[in-house]
Amino acid sequence: MSAVIELAGIRKTYNEGTAIANEVLHGIGFAIQPGEFACLIGPSGSGKSTLLNLIGLLEKPSGGSYRLNGKAIQEADDNTRTRARLETLGFVFQFHHLLPAFSALENVMLPGLMLHGEITREVRATAIRLLTAVGLADAMHKPPNQLSGGMQQRVAIARALALTPQLVLADEPTGNLDTHSADEVFALMRDINKTQGTAFLIVTHDPRLAARCDRVVEMRDGTIVADAPQAV
Amino acid sequence: MRFEWTVAVRFLREGGLQTLMIIAGAAAGISVIVFMTGFLGDLQADLIRRTLGVQANIIVRPAEEVARPLREGRDALPQVQARVQRLRSVDQWQALRQRLENTPGIRAVSPIAAGPGLMTRGDTNKSVNVTGMVPELYAAVTRFNEKIVAGEYRLSPGDTIIGTDLARDLGVGVGDKVRLSTPTSPGDAYQIRAIYDLGQRTHNRAFAYVSLPTAQALLDLPGGISSLELAVDDLFGADRLAQQLQETTPHEVESWMRANPQLRTALGNQTIMTLLIRFFLALVVAIGVASVLVVSVVQKTREIGILRAMGASRARILRVFLLQGALIGLVGAALGCIGGYTLTAVMSQFVRAEDGTQLFAAQWSGTLYLFTLIGASVLGLAAAIMPARRAARLDPAQAIRI
Repeated sequence: MSAVIELAGIRKTYNEGTAIANEVLHGIGFAIQPGEFACLIGPSGSGKSTLLNLIGLLEKPSGGSYRLNGKAIQEADDNTRTRARLETLGFVFQFHHLLPAFSALENVMLPGLMLHGEITREVRATAIRLLTAVGLADAMHKPPNQLSGGMQQRVAIARALALTPQLVLADEPTGNLDTHSADEVFALMRDINKTQGTAFLIVTHDPRLAARCDRVVEMRDGTIVADAPQAV
Repeated sequence: MRFEWTVAVRFLREGGLQTLMIIAGAAAGISVIVFMTGFLGDLQADLIRRTLGVQANIIVRPAEEVARPLREGRDALPQVQARVQRLRSVDQWQALRQRLENTPGIRAVSPIAAGPGLMTRGDTNKSVNVTGMVPELYAAVTRFNEKIVAGEYRLSPGDTIIGTDLARDLGVGVGDKVRLSTPTSPGDAYQIRAIYDLGQRTHNRAFAYVSLPTAQALLDLPGGISSLELAVDDLFGADRLAQQLQETTPHEVESWMRANPQLRTALGNQTIMTLLIRFFLALVVAIGVASVLVVSVVQKTREIGILRAMGASRARILRVFLLQGALIGLVGAALGCIGGYTLTAVMSQFVRAEDGTQLFAAQWSGTLYLFTLIGASVLGLAAAIMPARRAARLDPAQAIRI
């Protein structure tokens, strides 16, 4: 089976070509296989978020190659990258980032609306199934501001899964939650990974959570210093 | 486009008070535009009617006679004396009248035989313009029947209609007799059948109306007329029509615009002024929409970032904001049309002429409202271009971090 993402020699420099040029990633090589459950750890400023943005096609690398499902995408134009985000990737952010103008259900249906141009019966059914799976069957018509932090994050996970992506990128998904909610959200992701085979790449500061991942990638000062599978 | 619609409408609804305020602002501006557009035509037509008095929209009269030297060159006389303009009849006027009556755009045609005369009572003489006309036709062209303040609007041989001021000068009323003479006729006694009031003193002293055959006899124009007066459907198109007619007749054709250049200039300036005011109102509305959307883009930076991360293309974000602009324009225009109609209805009650008649009336004008709706939507869309491009250009990675 080929890798979902494959990075080789990825470099990222901010303010390239100016006096304040600052290289934050120094040649990252790294791949994620389908169904993997990996986490990315490291101190603040080590380049974790930048790497996640690069993998998530929100930023372009300054050098190196990036293959998504075997296809080079590091030089692709904005539309191709946007399309790839929609079809193969899912995002979960630290601060939930639900759209406040839409209910929980509508938030989960938005990716389907984007892809198909309308809310098909299937889009709706999938969204309801996902929200039920994350335990929010009763709260799906509520707007985000009436949901607790943990609930919001579960909606965000359901939204990331709406179009059955191959890889979900989560940037500190539990960083803003109390221990109990964090455990719940983490368990949910783990469960989806097991039952649906969706690959996860989770950036986290929490060693407790890192200990429960199949693979831990550690970054320091823009390079990967450790990358090891671990038994859970 | 379903995605764009859904997000645009939600964003506007989420805007709450901000959205309401800009829609109210747009509606206020647009209602004044609708108001001004609606009543300006009425107001100007009224002004023209009042100023012109009994002047017709277009007058056809014999071409001026021009003295032409028979020989030119070195041995020709160096001086050409301008000819005296005699009172002459419009050649072949019966045929011309029929042709004009069948011309589209001409509402009515009235033959006139007019010339100088003297009205006498006792030892008082007043110079008048002896005007012979057919009452029904003349009324159709000038609405003269509405100006009659005493007596009845009818002219038998031996009848005359004069103005209020002339009647006062001569000390006469309806039923009294006066003597009417012309340079070509010693005159006869005429009975005053009616008295008119055109609202202007000079006009009220100027005319002595008699029946057409009477005038023809008095002015020595047997069977002839001095001019044909026309009323047209489109008051402001009179000049164009006059020029078309001029090309097909040997006579002189003059529109009210040519005959009253000062009035035309005043009306033209008024039109330009209102055009300017409407333009700047539209500009203010557009700037308002743009500024609210600029703020909205800043407020929604994070949401835009999320949508981009989820897979919304730049073009989609652009359309979401363009649509918001167009929707504000459309809703503002709908309310503005209602507001404009109401404003016209209310103002028409207060703005009245000296005689108490309304200067304009509230009219339900489908085309005006349709154009307003379309125009305002396009205006809103155009105003949204700059903010929408800004939204589309946002870097999603940075937008999410906010």
